[in-house]
Amino acid sequence: MESPNLTEKARWVWRETLRVNRRAPETRVASSLSPVEIFVALYYGGVVRFDAKDPRAEWRDRCIISKGHGSICMYPILADLGFFPMAELERVCEAGSFLGGIPDPVIPGYETVNGSLGHGLGVGSGVALALKRKKSECSVFVVAGDGELHEGANWEAIMFASHHRLDNLNLIVDDNRISMLGRTENIVSHGSLAARLAAFGWHCDEVDGHDVEAVRAALLRLKSLADGKPKALIARTVKGRGVPTLENADLCHVMTVKPEIIDSLLGPLP
Amino acid sequence: MSAKPLAMRDAFLERVWGGMGEDESIFFTCADFGSPVLDKIREHYPDRFVNVGIAEQNLINVSAGLAIEGYKVFAYAIAPFITMRCYEQIRVSLALLSVVRPMNVNLVGVGAGYSYVVSGPTHQCYEDLTIMRALPNFSIYSPADHITAAALFDECLGRNGPKYLRLDAQVLPALYGDRTPDVRRGFEGHRGGGEICLLATGFMVHTALQVAERLAKAGITVGVVDLFDITGFDEAALLTALRPYRGIVTMEEGFRGRGGLDAMMFNLAANREGLAPILNIGVEGAYSFELGTRAELHEQVGIGTNAVFNSVSRFLDRVSNKIHKTGQGS
Repeated sequence: MESPNLTEKARWVWRETLRVNRRAPETRVASSLSPVEIFVALYYGGVVRFDAKDPRAEWRDRCIISKGHGSICMYPILADLGFFPMAELERVCEAGSFLGGIPDPVIPGYETVNGSLGHGLGVGSGVALALKRKKSECSVFVVAGDGELHEGANWEAIMFASHHRLDNLNLIVDDNRISMLGRTENIVSHGSLAARLAAFGWHCDEVDGHDVEAVRAALLRLKSLADGKPKALIARTVKGRGVPTLENADLCHVMTVKPEIIDSLLGPLP
Repeated sequence: MSAKPLAMRDAFLERVWGGMGEDESIFFTCADFGSPVLDKIREHYPDRFVNVGIAEQNLINVSAGLAIEGYKVFAYAIAPFITMRCYEQIRVSLALLSVVRPMNVNLVGVGAGYSYVVSGPTHQCYEDLTIMRALPNFSIYSPADHITAAALFDECLGRNGPKYLRLDAQVLPALYGDRTPDVRRGFEGHRGGGEICLLATGFMVHTALQVAERLAKAGITVGVVDLFDITGFDEAALLTALRPYRGIVTMEEGFRGRGGLDAMMFNLAANREGLAPILNIGVEGAYSFELGTRAELHEQVGIGTNAVFNSVSRFLDRVSNKIHKTGQGS
């Protein structure tokens, strides 16, 4: 199967994410723009195996989106892939919609409860262990933020996964370097995250998180590795990517974008 | 199950071990906490046993991950740690997630109340009923003997959902053996008749029976009910059992007035006609670092046999006076 032009797709997802945020300003836009290319590579790049019509198909890869609030870009992706109708994107945060300000597993395509941070990697480790015991070939992907890695439960899971040789577990860190109150390096620095994960017995690669083809290549390589080590990809990203008022603003996590700014970024409708 | 006294955990784990031989979907997780029977599980089923280490947050999350993949999980640790150390994980990954993803996870906590007698308040557990009751879809079991604990295994295995079992760490006398407790009904009556009923859970059922015995010697009959299913008991049946009484005494080895068994009884009685006045027996006051036997510690906080005997005697006077004043007495 020919993979779609991932760069074009990422551009479309970026635009749709801004459109969702324009309609539902309660959604966290800055942290949802940094992982656009990560999710595009996962879902359009042939990395995650899924069935949009049967989101819990046994043969699927499990993609756990731990940084739930920062994954609004998944709404257009899941709609585009057929998990639910595109019309649902018009109703985000409205009464009766399943697309909330923080995604929950009532959304077709979401595996677990997210957004309360630091749970995805532990649950993902349990899923990875279960798949091993079931002799399943399926992989587990967990997408977390670097700020989220301040939650200690992650490190319990990181120790656990390497001890149990969960080489079907892939952690992708959306390393946008900013949490709510500023830069993670000034809050509690991770130092070299790659070195820390390596010291815990993980494979660890780093990539420009906005080069979607590079992210895809790194993910495919990571997925194919099966030598007893869990695997991590640190994707260096920019929080609020593509929105000048957000990009690299220390407090962009809680900043809203004025509708007219979104309109000017999106340009006239084609 | 033999009526010979046995630790609840060993009786329960024996059933888990037996179950693991018949059902390959049972998985056992623990947070570096053991028991002689656990050694058999580790040895016989290494592929379905995992010790996450001293890491209760991860215990819950890993258990949740195993459970959404179809394993029936028994997670095992010391009671305060498997409830309070990882409450956020319990809330998010079990209570919330199980609304959407079917799962069978059973948290088995050892060390209810003061049962770790000399270990002090870190290892004692007087808050678990309160905080676990706050989760609307959690089942809570609080058996008073090893027979009941073992019988609850079938409920745990057969019913989906997140559940919490609080087990005593000490070997307690068997209350059952010649008969099997009715786990579906969730409670068992031990004595009947008289004007008041002692509604107790866990270790306090034994205290209730001792108090009832002393009252009987004084010519006073009281009822005793062992409520071991705190959330799923047969409400209609319990209300029927309690309705003849002129006073109800709740007895728990947990803080009084903090949302445990006492609150459960108030909630049950609210908006219902004809239920008698309620007296709550539970741990009085705040935390204490005092050392002593379990009986001594219980007396200090108002839940020892003497303390309960005195409280119940005063309550009997009150109930009887009221009966005489309103002319309802026999």
